[in-house]
Amino acid sequence: MLPRIIPVRETILAGAILALLALIASRFAGFVAPSNLANVFNDTSPLIILALGQMVVILTRCIDLSVAANLALTGMAVAMINVAMPGLPIPVIIVIALLLGAAMGAVNGLLVWKLSIPPIVVTLGTMTIFRGIIFLISGGKWVNSHEMSESFTGFPRAEVLGLPLLSWAAIVTVLLFAIMMARTPLGRSIFAVGGNPHAAVYTGINVGRTQFLAFVISGALAGLTGYLWVARYAVAYVDIAGGFELEVVAACVIGGISIAGGVGSVGGAVLGALFLGVVKNALPVVNISPFWQLAISGSAILIAVAFNARAGRKKGRIILKSAEAKS
Amino acid sequence: MSVFDKLIASAALATAMFAGPAMAQDDVRIALVVKALGIGFFEAAAEGAEEAAEELGNVEIIYTGPTDTTAEGQIEVINSLIAQNVDAIAVSANDTDALVPALQRAMQRGITVISWDSGVAPEGRELHLNPSSNSLIGNMIIKLAADHLPDGGEVAVLSATTTSTNQNIWIEEMNKVMGNYPGIEVVATVYGDDLADKSYREATGLMQSYPDLDAIIAPTSVGIVAAAQAVVDAGKVGEVNVTGLGLPSEMAGAIESGASQSFAIWNPIDLGYSATMLAYELSQNGVEAAPGAEIPMGRMGTLTLDDNSEGAMADPFVYDASNIDQFKSIF
Repeated sequence: MLPRIIPVRETILAGAILALLALIASRFAGFVAPSNLANVFNDTSPLIILALGQMVVILTRCIDLSVAANLALTGMAVAMINVAMPGLPIPVIIVIALLLGAAMGAVNGLLVWKLSIPPIVVTLGTMTIFRGIIFLISGGKWVNSHEMSESFTGFPRAEVLGLPLLSWAAIVTVLLFAIMMARTPLGRSIFAVGGNPHAAVYTGINVGRTQFLAFVISGALAGLTGYLWVARYAVAYVDIAGGFELEVVAACVIGGISIAGGVGSVGGAVLGALFLGVVKNALPVVNISPFWQLAISGSAILIAVAFNARAGRKKGRIILKSAEAKS
Repeated sequence: MSVFDKLIASAALATAMFAGPAMAQDDVRIALVVKALGIGFFEAAAEGAEEAAEELGNVEIIYTGPTDTTAEGQIEVINSLIAQNVDAIAVSANDTDALVPALQRAMQRGITVISWDSGVAPEGRELHLNPSSNSLIGNMIIKLAADHLPDGGEVAVLSATTTSTNQNIWIEEMNKVMGNYPGIEVVATVYGDDLADKSYREATGLMQSYPDLDAIIAPTSVGIVAAAQAVVDAGKVGEVNVTGLGLPSEMAGAIESGASQSFAIWNPIDLGYSATMLAYELSQNGVEAAPGAEIPMGRMGTLTLDDNSEGAMADPFVYDASNIDQFKSIF
């Protein structure tokens, strides 16, 4: 099939991003300087990581609205651990963040799998519960930059081969996902479950278990991002990343991941996140009134989605020629 | 309220509620109701209230509030304070109007009610103590930037959301006094929506759009911290000074790194102290809270009330490297 050989949707989206960059460059030439583009990519890295996690969940016909709250709770937890034990090495912190995030994702997954509660309800609930827990463990207080250890806040900024580790985290995640989705039984079963759950059952795939694993993956990535986020902005408080879950879902939708499940690609999610990242980073420098900025962001999302919907629409197939002729 | 009424009320309450040994009712009981417990700013205000209580001698402070910042929670707290028949309630309100009925009930029972920090509608309190006035704040934020720019320069404002009432009024007041600071030019006003990531991005954008930028003024606590971090990450410490309104505990790192020379915020200790003094004056010394009245508040001077029975305590308090260590552990 042609679309499989040349991914139409991704090509269009990549073209749109390039056109956008050209447009921005006409107003502020410095934006397309390689060093600035690297900054934009770095700034978009958390969104890319979260969008990939969300993609897996959406592919299985679920949705995870608790990612931002999970991020904030893990971020607060690791920040408090860092304050209590400044000597703890960063790799340990990262493992804790991944496990904590995965545990929260597992809660979502279990509720969806074992109790068959609709995912949107489950994650709406856990979203508020996680925010509540942050308040409980922190008492509403902030963890501030001077309380965190230098290595804690320094890790995402440390440069390897010219790029900060935050960017590398996103690149590694993208590569792992590309392999997982295309080459592993889990990746294939995620597509199968979303594409046709009944058929998936007949082929021996446990639908509930696959959805559970999708939530665990999404949670673990949210946990990882939680640490990176808190370290990058050097502050942790109850409301960090408030409303970010919608941006993550928007990135997926722009990237052509069908909200009905089963359709989507790693490349699409990454490009969707990059598109939003470019818009978010460009708006402050192109000198547009802040009152217009919100409208522009929203329109960009709508246009992209409308574009995807048109591209994805299948033509109806006429099966009764004679009936058509009569009418 | 008359002494007779008070005696009757106290006696009735003592017999009705405390069948055991009579509670010590001699102390004047002033309740400090805050937006929510566990917030450093209000803990510091309580500290100031205790200081006033010590100075006055016969005052007992009841520091209380809901566990989350809701009007419903505060109404419950106020109702229980009415039941305890305290002498005065000084409240920092979560909602301007929602608390009015409960507070009116308190006033009908002869309890002195004042609001401080975050106000209640005039019919629900006798006076309101503003930590500072909008014009004092507007002047302070530009002065903080100008003090470090003797030869003038470019400054930009990083606000909260486009619709934040407080920030918009402060920026407006700031623009009114720009004539007093020749050579200082406000090149842009951007909005970080009180989100750390958006504020960080906006601050980064400012430094890109205006390479000669000398200062970023952020009259919001999330924005000022994020802007300071953005300046550090951009390697512009010493070139761009971040200032505005922030909390010492949150800004200690920025002062240490040099990204911020100084910033301001009202001193919550002074605020709690003044609120207690005012409540005491009204409840015990028969002072009337009428427009134009001048009410003493101990070491903080006097409070002059305007037509809405509101008054401003003082200029915002400036924090810099010399006093940050003292305050960062307080709030």
